[in-house]
Amino acid sequence: MILLASVWFIPVYIVLVFSFKKPLDVYEHPMLPPRHPTLDNFTTAWKGSGRVTMSDAFVNSIVITACSVALLLVFGSLAAYALARRSSRLSTGLYLLYVLGFIIPFQLAIVPLYKAMRTLHLLGSLYGMILLYAGLLMPLTVFLYTGFMRVLPREYEESARVDGASQFRTFWRVVFPLLMPVTATVAVLDGVIIWNDFFNPLIFLSGSGKITIPVAIYSFVNENPAQYNLILAGVLVASLPIIALYLFAQRQLIRGFSGGIRG
Amino acid sequence: LVYTPVDERIGTPVTQEQAGPARGTIVRRPRRRRAGPRQVSWLIAVPSVALLLAYHFVAPISSVGYAFTDWNGLTSPRWIGLRNFREILHSGVSNGALKNTLFLAATLLVVSNAFGCLLALALNRTLKTRNFLRAIFFLPFVIAPLATSYVWQYIFSYEGTLNQFLGAVGLESWKTAWLGDPTWALWTVAAALVWQTAGLCMVIYLAGLQGIPPEIEEAAVVDGAKDVYRLRRVILPLLAPSITIASTLMLIYGMRVFDQVLAITGGGPVGTSETLATQVYEQTFTYGRFGFGAALSVVLSLMIMLLALGQLLILRSREDRTS
Repeated sequence: MILLASVWFIPVYIVLVFSFKKPLDVYEHPMLPPRHPTLDNFTTAWKGSGRVTMSDAFVNSIVITACSVALLLVFGSLAAYALARRSSRLSTGLYLLYVLGFIIPFQLAIVPLYKAMRTLHLLGSLYGMILLYAGLLMPLTVFLYTGFMRVLPREYEESARVDGASQFRTFWRVVFPLLMPVTATVAVLDGVIIWNDFFNPLIFLSGSGKITIPVAIYSFVNENPAQYNLILAGVLVASLPIIALYLFAQRQLIRGFSGGIRG
Repeated sequence: LVYTPVDERIGTPVTQEQAGPARGTIVRRPRRRRAGPRQVSWLIAVPSVALLLAYHFVAPISSVGYAFTDWNGLTSPRWIGLRNFREILHSGVSNGALKNTLFLAATLLVVSNAFGCLLALALNRTLKTRNFLRAIFFLPFVIAPLATSYVWQYIFSYEGTLNQFLGAVGLESWKTAWLGDPTWALWTVAAALVWQTAGLCMVIYLAGLQGIPPEIEEAAVVDGAKDVYRLRRVILPLLAPSITIASTLMLIYGMRVFDQVLAITGGGPVGTSETLATQVYEQTFTYGRFGFGAALSVVLSLMIMLLALGQLLILRSREDRTS
């Protein structure tokens, strides 16, 4: 077990060691700890490639991830509320649509989406990406929320309604706070998926100069092929937010991925 | 939050007599849920449903239309019937991409699943370091697959870790340019994929194992069941739902592989490690063959849906038989 764990850890070790090495050091003693630790790799990686710096990419990634997750949480929880509280045929039908949307592979949508976004001038725009992710992850979000809400007791919200609170007020003041555990799971899960996504920004943001972190790494590598001390420093910088989140919300993440994705 | 019963018709607190009517009197109780204005309105679901329909139904379905055209992204599309699909079956690269996709999906399905299951079984016992080890094995899955793939590119490069290791243990002759060799390129992608996804399988199996009551295992031990027997006859059948989930996820994940190929081999050498997903991207956006790209995406989607659904049905029916 320990042996396997160490093998599993080798790639992480390589990233950590290489990031602080000088090129000659990489060549002569690849697997030893850096002899003359340097931060130069990080400075180069942070400067990014061409016109686009890594810090720009960070800002774009943060804006896209934060806004998409916010939209998903608000619209997703509202839709799930209606789905969980109405018990008509419409509700069952809609729920099935969400499940079906979960199953239909998203790759299928690329060509028409590209055309639609070009017509609407949403190519290369952060709004376009935010909207895209809100649509893309809606089934997963609603799926998780509905499952949680179905077992949530109705008494609190009913008493609020009886006391004269409006539907929206009831939802935001009474129901939404009760959803906190599942909201945290959904936010972390959606956030990680969006942050790590490479395929969509590669297509829909290409050529705009507004790239996200994974695309920034991709073009950085293309400009510095086989310079692994630089490449892996970039990889480390780009992964730090996720690693920090992982240390902080590990349980949420693991629970979300093991329980949430099953669909 | 204190709940005061309120008579909704007049809005005053309900008195004792009203709340608890004497036996025998007929009281029309206010209907609790079905009352019209108190129902949750469907209006609040509209934004979410609109996004769902646009991105998961309208766009994918109209893609099927483009698949039968020669649209190049600029001029208006021209209907060419099944020509795109015939080309996918006959052209070397697309055909290879089809096989590679199936190979990666099968590898993930078998190897990641097996690794995940073994790791879970091992971790389920060692309590002390369990959380730490679980964190280590799961970590690769949460970091961007594109980013971690570059480490694997290094490991398999000619100057990389694998060849250094082979040199160190005296297998100098086994050294090869893994990434540049058509027989090995796809295997390097598969190795990175297993490293990235085994942790996910592991946590799914761990969740399943924690659902097995310890009494059952103890009973099997008391009855004198040997380790292997206990695993096959007692634990694995109880893990059937986890097997279903992990296998389905791995199959779908394997069919969609894109980032890893682009990062590690770039589809090379000479297109021998392309997958359907990388081909969709390349044909559509590099060569501007939008119609052909749409056809490729239709093939990929049909394969994902049919294989995932078929596998799901088989595994579910086995679940029913064993439970």
